[in-house]
Amino acid sequence: MFRFRLDGSSGVPPYLQLVHQVRQALLLGYLQEGDRLPTVKEVAADLVINPNTVVKAYRQLEHERLAGGRPGQGTFITAAAAPVRPEAQDLRDSLEAWLRAADEAGLDEEAVTALIAVARRDLSKEKESAR
Amino acid sequence: MTDTEGLMTQQGADGGVPALRTDRLGRRYGKVWGLRDCTIEVPAGAVAALVGPNGAGKTTMLQMIIGLLEPTEGQVKVFGQASRANTTQTLARVGYVAQDHPLYRDFTVAEMFRLGQAMNPSWDQKLAAARVDALGIPLNRKVRRLSGGQQAQVSLTMALAKKAPLLVLDEPVSSLDPVARLEFMRDLMAAAADSALTFLISSHVVAELERFCDWLIVLCHGHVQLAGPADDLLGDHRLLTVPRATADSELPGTVIQRTDSDRHSTVLVHVGAVPLRVQGHAGWQADPVSFEQLVMAYLQRASLTIDADPAPAAQRPGPSAKAVTR
Repeated sequence: MFRFRLDGSSGVPPYLQLVHQVRQALLLGYLQEGDRLPTVKEVAADLVINPNTVVKAYRQLEHERLAGGRPGQGTFITAAAAPVRPEAQDLRDSLEAWLRAADEAGLDEEAVTALIAVARRDLSKEKESAR
Repeated sequence: MTDTEGLMTQQGADGGVPALRTDRLGRRYGKVWGLRDCTIEVPAGAVAALVGPNGAGKTTMLQMIIGLLEPTEGQVKVFGQASRANTTQTLARVGYVAQDHPLYRDFTVAEMFRLGQAMNPSWDQKLAAARVDALGIPLNRKVRRLSGGQQAQVSLTMALAKKAPLLVLDEPVSSLDPVARLEFMRDLMAAAADSALTFLISSHVVAELERFCDWLIVLCHGHVQLAGPADDLLGDHRLLTVPRATADSELPGTVIQRTDSDRHSTVLVHVGAVPLRVQGHAGWQADPVSFEQLVMAYLQRASLTIDADPAPAAQRPGPSAKAVTR
């Protein structure tokens, strides 16, 4: 059975964390079409969170057509895992090369994270102003 | 009533009868108002948190909601019906878990349940017995031999077995150690998933509340400072980082809290649903607020307002203190 986790310090709303985890597990192949997700009660008790949060996450997954509820049976994964696109491997290779370069340049993990955050922010600003 | 996956359907339905509604609720103790002008609404199926420091008026409010205390002004409606203090109908519609989990210490758990059965016509003995069984609490054990956590769980079981649609819990975990606290909340969240009940939980501890509640009511100095769906409240606020010289009037929305450093200022603003654009301003940054930041900002603002203004209660424009005070 798929187990969710919760990061209290991430600043990401709990229901979105659950949605992200399903998306990520689909990409990595840890979740596959037909898998049953834990019931609302199981997640609520497991993570000690409000069941309405879980309901909201499952609704979002249904909305994104990644999961669907079957009456009386639970919520199931309905989407096949997205095929890994060939450019994804290239991106991974170039990222690894970049991280190695950063390491050689003496950047520690914190500096790398900060750099990525800044670059991301600039990029999203760029996108926003292009709209 | 017990369809687990349909849990939130009642909450989403606009126009549904709210589980709880208070209208300009107030209670005066002699010359001092313990609570005033309190207008809130909690939809059916919500898990609502009532947050505030000690002495904010939380217990006063809860006691009027459960029907143990007569309001000085205003009224309480539970599922659309006006509550009258100390009447059977009112007491039957609201379950209550008191702060100190008052149980008869020389009674066994079974005897406590028999008492509950005698006092509540809608008592569900099956549910009560199944719950303590699942929790591993022996029915023949005396209350005084139970741990604090187990006593809290027996109190919760008694409130659940009463089958009231609204459950009010007054600081349910404040007397428990961290492990018992987690176990109690785990049990409570599972109970919430199992039922269509509405919960109102008071707490002076803000950390971790985000996990438990989807509705938030912040109370301070006897007034509601902020109330509504937790996600919307979070979405309506931003934490701005701006150059120190930026005046409040240049900022978008309403300034709730401002902290000035040497060169920059951190400002928590209420911007509402309007998307915030900061890219036109050099050196501005907007971040989402955390649950704790939001609650603390409103509580601290309320304290500042009280200190600055000796008689703020009568001048408040409305129950939700959205007006700028600085």
